Amino acid sequence: MTTHSPYRRAFLKQVATGTGLTLGLTLLPKSTAVAAAQSADSHLAPNVFIAVTADGTVEITCHRSEMGQQIKTAITQIIADELDADWQRVVTLQADGDKKYGDQNTDGSRSVRRNLARLQMAGATAALLLKQAAAKGWQVNAEDCECKDHKVVHTPSGKRVDFADIVAVAATLPLPEEGLVKPKARQDWRYVGKAVRSVDMEKIISGTTTFGQDMAVENMLYAVIQRPPVMFTQPESVDDKQTKNIAGVVKVLQMPTASAPANFAPLGGVAVLADNTWSAMQGADALVVTWSKNTHNTYNSEAEKKTLIETAAADGEIVRQRGDASAALKKAQKTVSATYYAPLLAQAPMEPPAALAKVSNDTAEIWTSTQNPQATQAIVAEVLKIPPENVTVHVTLLGGGFGRKAKPDFAAEAAWLAREAGRPVKVIWRREDDIQHGFYHTVSAQHIQAGLDSKGNTVAWKHNTVFPTISSTFSTEANSPSSGELRLGFIDNPFDIPNLQLEKGKAENHVRIGWLRSVANVYHAYAIHTFADELAYAAGVDSKAYLQQLIGKPRHIDLAKEGAEYDNYGDPIEDYPIDTGRLLAVLEKATAMADWENRKKQQRHLGVAAHRSFLSYVATVVEVDVDKDGNWAIPNAYICIDAGTVVNPDHVKAQCEGGAIYGLSCAIGEISAQDGAISQTNFHNYQVARIQHAPKNIEVHIVDSNAPPGGVGEPPTPPFAPALANAIFAATGQRIHELPIPLKLTV
Amino acid sequence: MITFTLNNQTQSYSGDPQMPLLWYLRDAAGLTGTKYGCGMALCGACTVHIDGDATRSCRLPMAAVADKRITTIEGLDEKNAHPVQIAWAENDVPQCGYCQSGQMMQAAALLSANPSPTDEEIEQSMSGNICRCGTYPRIKKAIKAAAGSEKA
Repeated sequence: MTTHSPYRRAFLKQVATGTGLTLGLTLLPKSTAVAAAQSADSHLAPNVFIAVTADGTVEITCHRSEMGQQIKTAITQIIADELDADWQRVVTLQADGDKKYGDQNTDGSRSVRRNLARLQMAGATAALLLKQAAAKGWQVNAEDCECKDHKVVHTPSGKRVDFADIVAVAATLPLPEEGLVKPKARQDWRYVGKAVRSVDMEKIISGTTTFGQDMAVENMLYAVIQRPPVMFTQPESVDDKQTKNIAGVVKVLQMPTASAPANFAPLGGVAVLADNTWSAMQGADALVVTWSKNTHNTYNSEAEKKTLIETAAADGEIVRQRGDASAALKKAQKTVSATYYAPLLAQAPMEPPAALAKVSNDTAEIWTSTQNPQATQAIVAEVLKIPPENVTVHVTLLGGGFGRKAKPDFAAEAAWLAREAGRPVKVIWRREDDIQHGFYHTVSAQHIQAGLDSKGNTVAWKHNTVFPTISSTFSTEANSPSSGELRLGFIDNPFDIPNLQLEKGKAENHVRIGWLRSVANVYHAYAIHTFADELAYAAGVDSKAYLQQLIGKPRHIDLAKEGAEYDNYGDPIEDYPIDTGRLLAVLEKATAMADWENRKKQQRHLGVAAHRSFLSYVATVVEVDVDKDGNWAIPNAYICIDAGTVVNPDHVKAQCEGGAIYGLSCAIGEISAQDGAISQTNFHNYQVARIQHAPKNIEVHIVDSNAPPGGVGEPPTPPFAPALANAIFAATGQRIHELPIPLKLTV
Repeated sequence: MITFTLNNQTQSYSGDPQMPLLWYLRDAAGLTGTKYGCGMALCGACTVHIDGDATRSCRLPMAAVADKRITTIEGLDEKNAHPVQIAWAENDVPQCGYCQSGQMMQAAALLSANPSPTDEEIEQSMSGNICRCGTYPRIKKAIKAAAGSEKA
């Protein structure tokens, strides 16, 4: 904002076309505007991601939800890079829910992998228009111009002009042909591939960020809901006398009860609306409600566990087959089998769900911490019976998501209550609500049998996976693992075993099942890699060497050849093959970081796992110390990730650290049910990793790669639990066949 | 009527004396930097300083803050340049950021009582502050940096 006054006037005079300075540069190449074109109310003209304002400020709109993965920073880096913008003159805005942006459902570790090329094109288009505008003024070729530090520079003459001075002209230019738009070459990247600090840092350290829980508008009521303790039950009697005596309580409303399938609909229950949070909480506590009963009242985790394990031990439905595993097992020199069990888990983001709704006759405005703003529009529209385009969803920062906030039932609750109350309503989920009424990471049982030949090679592998499916949340028919879940670390088993049979078994759901960071990869990786370690011991071979042997030669696995359904996380297998070479490479690196070969000499107890998920490869080595009383601690964890092209290495490192610790929480936490109701209530009985449980030291290595970007938020989680379980075995000789792992082992 | 000092300003309160300080801060004073995470003093997201001591505001009734000096994240440092805040930024500690006000308030109290804590002392002091994003390694690093005790 320094150099442009006299020059600016002259320049504009030269090329002025009558457009005002306030016009934004808001364009998008056709290829990246597909979603916008499909949107009923969209104009193709605006580039939904970039605006350059009259003073040259580059406004970048992040259309994905920010929940700690630093996508706002990543998107800013990608676009600012193409423009070679001055970081100090860039602002990042958060998009509302709108299909003009294309997919906004922030899950599946796909924000960068699905948007890098698209946003580079968007940025490069804006850059080209600025260059064309400058070239027009100078009457030179745009090809001889480049964007440099928030200016366009004419390379042959050295002439330069600030973005602010050409934005008005650039805004009048037609969209360039797609073929003319060329994103920067990799070696010219200025921000991408660099450790840039979070764009929200100043606000976070000063406590001035806004999350869903923090929202407030005039005349707002605060709502706390007593939800049905057992899924789909409803109040039979409600005594709210005490509630209504509490100062600040304004209204008590009985909500409609949900029925199967759950979808994202509110569960129902009794809502207490008050003029402050505390009164609403007290009011909800003071309600005396008796609830109806249904078949889910018989759900007990202990009994269900037995059923799941029995189903896993029986023959399942074959979903992938190579060779003849049954025959090979019969002929095997040695057989090994094991059953693995992992309980329900709650995502438990630090910010419990919350949403604020302001509703009129036929419109609604929502402020919420949602991972899925367009689904939020849809469910609010459904509940209010208004068109989705009449629902504005403002996405606040998310205090963690981990999959929970991809299911916007809380926003629908707020909308329904706001309409009933005739005032804006903020719904606050208490921690107890979050733990007891979630969309749970499913409970699972798996049975694996393997046959070893006389040399100790695994020649047969039979694996049956049994769990209540996420599909049961959306369909009453669904009662066995969906192909979508089987693709998560099960059907894509990378082991080079001649006889392989993968099966699935049926299981009924009794709670709402949903996604949790890495989803089915978590329990599949736990079983597969703990069992791989068991096989290593059975064969008398070093665990890492045996894992290498199981993975086999570097190759691309073609699941289609074996008739297995595989969608490769929605991306082309040609671009993202299942590459065992990359899996072996991260395994090699992580074990080298851990000084694996010398561990016995050093009396260190290590466990290892290596898993491909969300198109990235992660190997994790965990070191465990166990004291004489059975208390264990993790002095070190070593992680190597190959996520292809990386936008922000420091934030990838942070995801590896955090993803590992989330994996640790998955290994020590448990949600269970008694008579259909969840037994845990808060952090005293739902164990999550605290600072003293976390590895004292985490080393992360990011493979330097030009491959297309893979996922980052989820892949570090799955290998942690098996690596930990294997380390505990190395230290104690105890096999972890069941989760959770107690913090104090029996010794 | 209860009077107290909030971020160096005298305030008074005449509502329900049993209401936890957290809801006064968030709903009445509009200071939403202090977060709700559990309501049972189990997670530390609501940590503030009462006369300089780290305290969980979600379980502290307003009756207990009479004549006390309350500091929230918004008042930790006029320029948001407390050594802990600087270290948090320099080590890129936060992920989602939700628990970090509580983490920083806890860390600031730790350092004022113990300017050079060991790893174990850090773990002990910070064990009541949950971070689901798993920023613990960086929290530890940042506390040591703020303490100036980070070894090369």
